[in-house]
Amino acid sequence: MTPEENNIASKITRRFGAGILKTDTSSDMLTVTAEKGIIHEVIRVLKEDKEMNFSFLTTLCGIHYPDEPLPLGVVYHLHNLEEKLRVRIKTFLTADFPHVPTVTDLFSAANWMERETFDFYGIIFDGHSNLKRILNVEYLDYFPLRKEYPLEDPTREDKDDRYFGR
Amino acid sequence: MEEQQHTTLNLGPTHPATHGIFQNVLTIDGEEIVDTEQTIGYIHRAFEKIAENRPYYQVTPLTDRLNYCSAPINNLGYHMAVEKLIGINIPKRVDYMRIILMELARITDHLICNSVIGVDSGALTGFVYVFQERERVYEIYEEVSGARLTTNMGRIGGFERDFSPAAIRKIHEFLNNLPKVLREFEKLLMRNRIFMDRTIGVGKISPARALNYGFTGPNLRAAGVDYDVRVQHPYSGYDDFEFQVPVGSNGDTYDRFCVRQEEVWQSLKLIRNALDNLPEGAFHADTPGFYLPPKEAVYGNMEAMIWHFKIVMGEVQVPAGEIYHSVEAANGELGFYLVSDGGRTPYRLHFRRPCFIYYQAFPEMIRGGVLSDAILTMSSMNVIAGELDA
Repeated sequence: MTPEENNIASKITRRFGAGILKTDTSSDMLTVTAEKGIIHEVIRVLKEDKEMNFSFLTTLCGIHYPDEPLPLGVVYHLHNLEEKLRVRIKTFLTADFPHVPTVTDLFSAANWMERETFDFYGIIFDGHSNLKRILNVEYLDYFPLRKEYPLEDPTREDKDDRYFGR
Repeated sequence: MEEQQHTTLNLGPTHPATHGIFQNVLTIDGEEIVDTEQTIGYIHRAFEKIAENRPYYQVTPLTDRLNYCSAPINNLGYHMAVEKLIGINIPKRVDYMRIILMELARITDHLICNSVIGVDSGALTGFVYVFQERERVYEIYEEVSGARLTTNMGRIGGFERDFSPAAIRKIHEFLNNLPKVLREFEKLLMRNRIFMDRTIGVGKISPARALNYGFTGPNLRAAGVDYDVRVQHPYSGYDDFEFQVPVGSNGDTYDRFCVRQEEVWQSLKLIRNALDNLPEGAFHADTPGFYLPPKEAVYGNMEAMIWHFKIVMGEVQVPAGEIYHSVEAANGELGFYLVSDGGRTPYRLHFRRPCFIYYQAFPEMIRGGVLSDAILTMSSMNVIAGELDA
């Protein structure tokens, strides 16, 4: 962990206390897991705090761990362009109530990223002005990137993938 | 009081001026654009889902089809992301070979984009003229990887073969030819009164709005922000070379054109430097799990045969972890967010596609302008349908 990352981690933890579930630096950048109730506030502070200054939203995407108690996740990558520092924020949601506040009020870029995440995972961004599917057709009745949806039609009989480790 | 009426105009999904399949439903007042609603997704192919079901090496051909105007950048960027996850050391020669190919790809991408701006403002000649040079680059790709458009170039860990003498010769030919063509092309457009009148002040965006919209690449730099991944987070040995990052000031169509044009010159310099300093040595890292052994060894050596089968069947596992790696693609920051659970396929692979993110700003950029300027703004943003829809 670099001193800057250490600084940010302790600052965030001090500010939000128990709402920050984990700060981790074992991967390539500081990774903060926050409760969904405070996620908007965490991102706002990271963006607007003059010292941290994470003013650029690089990506926003979903992830699905079907065996976890909170299976659906949203991953944000923020970037401080001046200090050349990146940070990854995660929050996890239940399958029955996959609601998370939108960040479109902070970043215009989040608009389509959130629509894409809704399209793929069915995560609902509360407060989004136009939350509808973006890449798939609107009448699709499932969320294709959730792990329970197989890539290929499982009823196919003309193809046996057992010998290919699939 | 007179009733005010707006006209609705469908632009696309298949329209020759949109250079790809995406739709804009424009609300216009006479010739002035009031608003537009964008519809995308016409060539969505669910790459992120497919990638979760394929061994790592089979994901590379998917990345070809993102920004197909500069496929090698996507391929090599993806390889670097996987290498970062595995944590292997790459020989210097591979780094420099990658720089050469990625810069060639950047040149072709910029040439296409800039010449298309010319076409949309009525100058077809430049477009046809620079396509000759693009053809030369495609011949270099052919010499290096065997393919032209969707290149599937290189392997995780390096390249499947070294540059052939013919490839080196063709790169030199290209380096010698391009400056003359480029100067002529610039003479045609850059100080052309008609072209300047059509592009200056058209499709403007302020630096603050551009950052808020997640702009990257030439579009962001045209607005005056000097963010370039090659400088900020150097990869593949870019920090060994000196090059300038051109920056605009107005964020309009003309600045985007000029920034791209200058980047082509800088890329030429980078290629020349990398080629002159190309180190001797191996053209791939020592990663038996990802690099197919030579055919003679496969037939005569048990270990080589085992690796050959393991690779082809995709049974090589990648350690668990998550990384984000980004490269400076021709139209912005192309990122790969890769999560591995230790299996043979990625657990999650998210592509940060630059034009998917910045195309959101299109309605704001064309509002209040006229229809013909909207066409020009779109082509100057370099929106590639394959990347937009993944």
